[in-house]
Amino acid sequence: MTFEPRIVGFLCNWCSYAGADLAGVSRISYPTSIRIIRLMCSGRVDPVFVLEILAKGADGVMVMGCHPGDCHYVDGNLQTERKIKMLKKLIARTGLEPERLRLEWVSASEGGRFAELVNEFTNQIKALGPSPLSGEKPDPVILENILAAKSAAEDFRLRVLVGREKELIEKGNVYGDKTTQEEFNKTMDEAIQAEYVRNKIYFVVRKEPQSVKELSKHLDLDPQMVLRHIVVLRRRGMVTVGRVEGTTPLYTALEVGR
Amino acid sequence: MEHAEEEVLRIGVFICHCGINIGGVVNVPEVVKYAMTLPNVVYAEDNLYTCSSDGLSKIKEGIGKYNLNRVIVASCTPRTHEPLFRATCEEAGVNKYLFEMANIREHCSWAHMHEPDKATEKAKDIVRMAVAKVRLLKPQDEPEIEVTPSALVIGGGISGMTSALCLADQEFKVYLVEKEPELGGMLRHLYKLFPTMLNASEGLSKIVEGVKQNKNIEVWPSTVVKQVKGFIGNFDVSVQRENRETANFQVGTIIVATGADIFEPVGMYGYKKYDNVITQFKLEQLLKDNQLKKPERVVMIQCTGAREEKGRTYCSRICCMEALKNAMLVRELYPETDVYILFRDLQTYGREYEEWRRMAQDKGVKFVKYNLEKLPEVIAGHDGKLTIDVYHALLGEQVQIESDLVVLSTPLVQREDAKELSQTLKVPLGPDGFFFEAHVKLRPIDFATDGIYVCGTAHSPKDTAESVSQALGVASRASIPMAVKRLRTEAITAMVDESLCSGCGTCVKICPYGAIEKDEKGVARVTAVVCKGCGICGASCPEKAISMSHFTDEQVVAQALAALGRTVA
Repeated sequence: MTFEPRIVGFLCNWCSYAGADLAGVSRISYPTSIRIIRLMCSGRVDPVFVLEILAKGADGVMVMGCHPGDCHYVDGNLQTERKIKMLKKLIARTGLEPERLRLEWVSASEGGRFAELVNEFTNQIKALGPSPLSGEKPDPVILENILAAKSAAEDFRLRVLVGREKELIEKGNVYGDKTTQEEFNKTMDEAIQAEYVRNKIYFVVRKEPQSVKELSKHLDLDPQMVLRHIVVLRRRGMVTVGRVEGTTPLYTALEVGR
Repeated sequence: MEHAEEEVLRIGVFICHCGINIGGVVNVPEVVKYAMTLPNVVYAEDNLYTCSSDGLSKIKEGIGKYNLNRVIVASCTPRTHEPLFRATCEEAGVNKYLFEMANIREHCSWAHMHEPDKATEKAKDIVRMAVAKVRLLKPQDEPEIEVTPSALVIGGGISGMTSALCLADQEFKVYLVEKEPELGGMLRHLYKLFPTMLNASEGLSKIVEGVKQNKNIEVWPSTVVKQVKGFIGNFDVSVQRENRETANFQVGTIIVATGADIFEPVGMYGYKKYDNVITQFKLEQLLKDNQLKKPERVVMIQCTGAREEKGRTYCSRICCMEALKNAMLVRELYPETDVYILFRDLQTYGREYEEWRRMAQDKGVKFVKYNLEKLPEVIAGHDGKLTIDVYHALLGEQVQIESDLVVLSTPLVQREDAKELSQTLKVPLGPDGFFFEAHVKLRPIDFATDGIYVCGTAHSPKDTAESVSQALGVASRASIPMAVKRLRTEAITAMVDESLCSGCGTCVKICPYGAIEKDEKGVARVTAVVCKGCGICGASCPEKAISMSHFTDEQVVAQALAALGRTVA
């Protein structure tokens, strides 16, 4: 059987959903791969939605909003852009192809563009093949990674960074200190890396208690770094010492902190 | 709400053939059969046209007969027909927010006409997604608010006064606040207005008198707006007079008509270095006060500080006409005086203005085109004269013009204090510093915030006629809620779970409408009538403490998972 991709599309009510309507009105055909969910604004797309859907085996996710400057909600679409930027970086760490997620601007008058984008994205997904998380036997490693990414996207730190990006760059913090885009990107990249690893550690030790050495091997990460993350996770009340084997502490997950 | 959770879901699905628009591609009876297999669906039927009066009564019948408490219509786009079906549900006693549409025409049969089997499968998926969502929907109320029938007009120039008069004539109370001690704005300083050559002061004095004598207008000169709280229909405004006297008004709508400033081209073309380099605005005042001494040769330089590559990139729209007009006035006054206009592009757009350019040419005004790449230079000559060294773009050679008066046409720019006002009102300024409308084409004089409007040069450079048109436009816009007196507002709004909120304030910063603030407990509070339901705050809340009614996380994810065929719930 040929591979028919399953694509979920999040479209804003005012521009891109209307653009998809126009494609139909103009009888422009495109592949049947996309299933459209109407939202008031593309800014409604929570990064957690995307990761949840990818975890459940979607072959691709398209988010579409109004062109910059055209947003019905002033700059909701630019908030979307910041979220997708963060998400792509996060997904890139999981072993799933970040190209399975795509953000595009489609206006209410761009029926042709909508159809063309769905066509192009469908071909791109066909070239990538079915999601390793689709079907009866999803790849367990990538699934665990995506779930760790989802937890990271639910946590305070990445969300607050995405939400404050504009303010930090344009207006500065409470002391009026502005951050450059480069500085912000660096902070963001570090936060994505750290939060992703911390959530991975949490998922690993939730299955069975592990030592720093074992974790270091499992995550292919310097034991010093692992230990630092463990310290943070302990402070957050997510991880504790489960038992001690000889002189080696084995860490285990706490459900309480979540 | 409690009984809503206990209620047994009874979903009815009405699937439309839309003549042959859907039925000609999608196997509708098969979709009906499929719908009946979905959880909580107790009834499904197909209609030739669900939107016909026959189809609508079928929905009402179905609701009664099968005791439906959720309704799905699978037909066309909700962007056109949702209000109709919602109203039908409401008539039959089902809250209109318990209705969901499945778009199987625009997004399915019309787009996949050549693949009927796949289109049928897709239609089933779309119906399944609608079922997944409708199962989780909750009834919503649209809050109703009262509108105070009075307006605040900020700015007593031609725009502000025009809209104030228009509203006052409809018997609305108007508070007109002007920063300067006198009404009149920019027109007080102008001489003659193109294209009619009307004396600005003549036109102005009538309007000023009209405003002063109108019993519905309260004029507050030397006054600035200090604080604005509330929302459409119910704004609390605090103003302050120069003498520190403060006052508070209750208004239903607010009009921003604060005008613009004229750009001071310090350091450009020897301005402020040579006394005989002046702005077009200064020339206008010299002409008005009859103080222009006879120059031998006037050189006007257009686009001084406008249409730049960075910064003021915009065209100021009025300077070409202003230069033509002043050039002709100078020639009339001193027929022996030569007038040169150095331009990059002459933008004499629209009715009458192009004729003015021709007229100026006929009357001996000389035009020289210059390039942005090779700007003219003003060099000191002898006897206090100046030499303008300009690359003549049409001749393709460097030309020197001697002049004893250089006039710079400079753009209108946003006022220094506009930023403060934009923050007070929580309305945006665009990249060029001017007030930024809700939609460039479709809502050109509204702000995204309901009940606040913008007109005149506060919005962008424009001439008097255009400012007056906009002023009448905003008066009309503002009069609608005040005439209707009551408004229904969005039911789709953000809701904060106080127990989860950490008071980080991210939502306060990103809400495009200023609908969220921190309350006395330090947690986020949504003013429901100001919220537009975009959901940006919900998708961004670091604590996931904000949910969106009618588009909850649960509802959106359920719909997406149904799309994957994973689950219907």
